[in-house]
Amino acid sequence: MRYDQARWTREDGDGSEDTYEPLLAEKRSAEVAVEDGPLPDDLTRESVDLPDLSEPELARHYTRLSQMNYGVESGPFPLGSCTMKYNPKFTEDVAALPGAGIHPARSAASTQGTLELRHHLQSYLARIGGMHSVTLQPPAGAAGEFTGILVAKAYHEEHGNDRNEIIVPESAHGTNFASAALAGYDVVSLPSAEDGRVDVEALEAAVGDDTAALMLTNPNTLGLFERDIEEIADIVHDAGGLLYYDGANLNALLGRARPGDMGFDVMHYNVHKTFATPHGGGGPGAGPVGVVEELAPYLPTPQIGESDGEYERVEPEHSIGKVHEFDGNWLVLLKTYAYIARLGDSGLSDTSAKAVLNANYLASQIDYEIPFSPFHHEFVASAGRDAADVAKRMLDYGVHPPTTKWPEIVDEALMTEPTEAESRAALDQLARAFDRAAADSDEALETAPERTAAGRIDQADAARNPRLSWQALFEE
Amino acid sequence: MSETGRGSPFAPHTDSETAAMLDAVGVDSEAALFDIPEEVRFDDEFGIRPRDEREIRREVRLHLDRDDDLTEFLGRGHYDHYVPSMVDHLADRSEFLSSYTQYQPEVAQGFLQSLFEYQSLLVELTGLEIANCSMYDGASALGEAATLALRVRSVDGNRVLIPELLAEGRRAVLENYLAGTDAVVETYPMDDGNADCTELEAVLDDDCAMVYAENPTVRGTIEEGLEEIGDLADEHGALFCLGSDLVALSLLEEPARVGADVVVGDAALGLGASGGLGLGLFATREEFLRQVPGRLVGAGEDSSGKRAYTLTLQTREQHIRRERATSNICTNQAWVALRAAMHAAWLGPDGLVNLAEDCVTNASDLAERLDDVEGVDAPAHDRHHFREFAVRTDRPAADVRKDLEGEGFAVHAIDEHLVQICVTETNTGQTDDLVDAFEVVA
Repeated sequence: MRYDQARWTREDGDGSEDTYEPLLAEKRSAEVAVEDGPLPDDLTRESVDLPDLSEPELARHYTRLSQMNYGVESGPFPLGSCTMKYNPKFTEDVAALPGAGIHPARSAASTQGTLELRHHLQSYLARIGGMHSVTLQPPAGAAGEFTGILVAKAYHEEHGNDRNEIIVPESAHGTNFASAALAGYDVVSLPSAEDGRVDVEALEAAVGDDTAALMLTNPNTLGLFERDIEEIADIVHDAGGLLYYDGANLNALLGRARPGDMGFDVMHYNVHKTFATPHGGGGPGAGPVGVVEELAPYLPTPQIGESDGEYERVEPEHSIGKVHEFDGNWLVLLKTYAYIARLGDSGLSDTSAKAVLNANYLASQIDYEIPFSPFHHEFVASAGRDAADVAKRMLDYGVHPPTTKWPEIVDEALMTEPTEAESRAALDQLARAFDRAAADSDEALETAPERTAAGRIDQADAARNPRLSWQALFEE
Repeated sequence: MSETGRGSPFAPHTDSETAAMLDAVGVDSEAALFDIPEEVRFDDEFGIRPRDEREIRREVRLHLDRDDDLTEFLGRGHYDHYVPSMVDHLADRSEFLSSYTQYQPEVAQGFLQSLFEYQSLLVELTGLEIANCSMYDGASALGEAATLALRVRSVDGNRVLIPELLAEGRRAVLENYLAGTDAVVETYPMDDGNADCTELEAVLDDDCAMVYAENPTVRGTIEEGLEEIGDLADEHGALFCLGSDLVALSLLEEPARVGADVVVGDAALGLGASGGLGLGLFATREEFLRQVPGRLVGAGEDSSGKRAYTLTLQTREQHIRRERATSNICTNQAWVALRAAMHAAWLGPDGLVNLAEDCVTNASDLAERLDDVEGVDAPAHDRHHFREFAVRTDRPAADVRKDLEGEGFAVHAIDEHLVQICVTETNTGQTDDLVDAFEVVA
């Protein structure tokens, strides 16, 4: 398969080219004076200078931009740990049903149906995670981490525990460190053992009276299952700490194992990773948080409760308050509900089966060193040369490359997660892209990509000389 | 594939392909691929019955039908402005909707340029030099502004001053953002809906890291003391953070002109009645560039010398800086930002100003008519209003709210004898009916 991404290039009268699709403001803009309106002049601005295009012109602009963008429907997108799988179309229609988007401040009495749906979703997620209670409020995975840590903190404070440290494996997602720090904790970085898993001895040395929690994803970012999870849980619990589950890799475990059964006390779900809600180029997502019974009184308010078939908003006894001004990204959560309902028990467990099969199959088809195994839904290959260059070359072969240079445990890492949604043919295409890139010359790699909308971008220069708006560009 | 109960409908494998793939891997079953100790294996069921598309649509529709069909006059941070069809159709193009964060900019130029255009829209409307390409909502943006203030303020100050009248959820989220710091949130008094600058001056001192004000305020009043607040904050070395939204910013005083250092808020464009699908604005001065939370899109050059876009200054972010990052945000509201930029472009500068002016006119017209109803005093504040206003009722506000619901209208009850009404182009057609309903219940 040959791949060429659409590319639109502006040609000036003299035939010179300086940009691709021009900015809206370069096409046509207008400065409109603000005067003679309903407000006195001293309360209003003087003017607004913004693009002024017709709908047909805008439709063409955004269509061209979309053609200069790669999505999971453009081809394979095996971005490890990001879990990009096909987003079914019907969930969009479900979220667009009349009445789905009511104002979040509507009364409980007038929105029983919506509250019931939210209650069902809380229950689905609790069952999937093996948790007692779930909040739907956090608007993203990292917001879920922050919420979970605040819940843990409130629990400790309520029990008079003065604990100021959170332990995070060095291979963890950067958000773990940042969320713990945002909640005011000192972060203790935990090295990995030689087999890529948690170093139990190092953990024993690290835990103590200061430990508020250990944050862990399982399988970890190398795709390895933490086999000692029960021992790890005991170590943390014996020291009086809590165990936090980062849900980023839950796709590998659906229907096979549950964080709650492994001893985790609090977890977040990344709905776009595990339940295929669209990520929309960076969000919105949603990051529901599940907790064991002991932690339920600390969840954000409101929780959706039910009694005698009536649904209501309730404030947990020791609630941390709110982590989203309204009730989270409800329309994303509604897509989550529809997705889970579509799959049910059999679909959820088949998801993990096929996700793990696909990762293992792809790994078996490429000629790369994969230092750690047995892995589940993702693996980390070593590029053996500059992983970023290999990735750029893979773009030319019609696939999105894996996550590069992370985790740092593997030299020149290519962290690869095909997900269950890729067919064998697509995996074979991916394998060819891996192997062709490996066989290409250094020169071919360094000048790649050539079939994408733009050529290789000098990111270092863009950071040294930040231009973050068209105003900044036009000033030059 | 359309049948249910046989596995994931979104895993494209045929049985023979599965067998061949297992063979290639060298195992004899899918179960053999799982390296999970027996003690923690899950071999029970969730009890979730798979349904097909048609059944799920019907099921959700039946749920939603249980909600009362009310005309909403609700605002207080979440606004329903009409979103043109073009926005839905183009933002729904799968290259946008089904893409990820732009870690490979060469194949993500379309989204990057759209976000760059969104940032530029915010720069124009705020007059500040830089904007990020989204936060979760106005409340999270406010929280991030406060943590930024604590980082950039050179003195030891730890007080964050907010208006006495503020959306409850916004304050609650702010306090959680500050839970890991020694900062304290305190309020300054309001006078008839607006900031009381004399009282603000009295509580301001050099221990203040940030002063927050809103325009319009949560009561919908147009803040008249912004320049004074900006001067006061400046005198005491505190950051001045202003909350607003894209529609209001199109008409009201330019934040940079009144001394704002940070602008936060909810988008109000591109959302529609999106049930809390927010978009947090964040713009600030260039001097704080390296302290900004979240994603930034910058223009640069590609190998052919043409302008191209990329995520930039990522050394501020959690995936590089870990616990020393400016924020923990990773997933943001990029697609909503794309929608907001599309919506603003569709309106154009004339359309934006007209929409904002209509917000003022519609609110004052409706308040005037409600004022004629016996037992109703509107607006409760003798101020200019934007899009919403408080109404004083002789009867208890909670009863009025409940009775209005019986008449088919949703409004906020915000105090013992205050309800709040928000009017936009989406419900102006029902204002006659609302006035009639007030005649019945007030």
